[in-house]
Amino acid sequence: MGLKTALYDTHVQQGAKIVDFGGWEMPLHYGSQIEEHHAVRRDAGMFDVSHMGVVDLQGARVREFLRNLLANDVGRLKSPGKALYSCMLLPEGGVIDDLIVYFMSDTWFRMVVNAGTRGKDLAWIRGHAQPFAVNVAERDDLAMIAIQGPNAREKTLAASGQGPAGRASALSLAPFFGAQFDSWFIARTGYTGEDGFEVMLPAVDAAKAWNALRAQDIQPAGLGARDTLRLEAGMNLYGNDMDESHHPLESGLAWTVAFEPVERDFIGRRALEGLRVAGGQQLVGLLLEERGVLRSHQKIVPAGEVTSGTFSPTLNRSIALARVPKTAAPSVQVEIRGKLHAASVVKPPFVRHGKALIPNKP
Amino acid sequence: MSNIPSDLRYTKSHEWVRPGSNGSVEIGISEHAQGALGDLVFIEVPEVGRAVKAGEACAVVESVKAASDVYSPVSGKVTASNSALATQPELLNQDPYGAGWLFRVQTASSLDDAALMSAADYAKYLADEAH
Repeated sequence: MGLKTALYDTHVQQGAKIVDFGGWEMPLHYGSQIEEHHAVRRDAGMFDVSHMGVVDLQGARVREFLRNLLANDVGRLKSPGKALYSCMLLPEGGVIDDLIVYFMSDTWFRMVVNAGTRGKDLAWIRGHAQPFAVNVAERDDLAMIAIQGPNAREKTLAASGQGPAGRASALSLAPFFGAQFDSWFIARTGYTGEDGFEVMLPAVDAAKAWNALRAQDIQPAGLGARDTLRLEAGMNLYGNDMDESHHPLESGLAWTVAFEPVERDFIGRRALEGLRVAGGQQLVGLLLEERGVLRSHQKIVPAGEVTSGTFSPTLNRSIALARVPKTAAPSVQVEIRGKLHAASVVKPPFVRHGKALIPNKP
Repeated sequence: MSNIPSDLRYTKSHEWVRPGSNGSVEIGISEHAQGALGDLVFIEVPEVGRAVKAGEACAVVESVKAASDVYSPVSGKVTASNSALATQPELLNQDPYGAGWLFRVQTASSLDDAALMSAADYAKYLADEAH
């Protein structure tokens, strides 16, 4: 039997089809993955993301530690509650994981890491934290619910138990900021390309909170919709679009690597500096110009490979992220079941804030 | 429990066969199969006139999640395929035994020779598969 979140029984009661995801038994959908997708784009949907790892890092030298551990620079985080997306790299430049780090106080940062990489991440972090006397604590006592969509913030706050002052304060959170509201840590972050919140709360309260959110007509959504939403939003999935054998610069993540200031030494820096030269590969978006569905590992002609592919419910056609040579032409072909199909190379995202950014049909 | 009409025959790979007159049979996939696949987004049906062998992959159903082959349960010639599925793949989710049919085959051999299950046997097969 796989690992279960605090909401597992709730999911089963509410008709979820459960699948294994990185060792966790998680909802794939609650009936229709496509309806859940549309609910997030048009109104509000919620995901149990308690399988992700919440890690609290505390110590007088925690900022110095993270400036060395992460490819993005936590030195940029000046206001408490501010979040930063970063890769954690091997010395050779490969991506150990991608994560979000919150600046809580001068002696406390909070990290959210992927479910499937929790174990190796913790071992890596602990191994490097020791010289900095940083305490590393996994917060298994917390559950996490992502509520996403144009109406997600209002509906979440209606279910939060907060009074008018608390609601107004949470509603005024800027993107990529979080703050504590009684037992809920509410952050304006997400993985769908829509506005919304990610809420960390005591696991013992998770089922009650989930049902209160549901009472606000927030659609429960599974990992299936989460994947089509993130792909439309042009967001990478660890293990598909980057991994330990692919560095951020060939994974569409150059924007997350802070080479400035030059004096900051971070793990992987030297390797990446050697890789900043012209040539090599890049991660791009693909639009299939014919009928069919792009899938990861499909071969691209003349060169390259699909890293994540799916059917886009918003665009009603197939889209993908793919790794191709930097010299790739704007039109390529993808091999699907032995036949070549035309595809266009585009710049993600495909959809943002409910709006298609790509023409609907070729 | 999933819907298993008693007038159809079934395969272990979850196709159904509806016997017609003069050796014509209609083929689709079961309620159970569409449920397991999830929302279908792309369906490829065989061309009319194509000769198919029993057990040959001749249609593809793709959900958001994955692609699956559909095998012809009988040998013969394809006489019709459901072109509505090209633009409305969801018909197969909504009505797998009706509007979601996939193709028809004119077969010379007897259905009794094919390895097909009755509805009762298929129900038992699904129950066994679940454990």
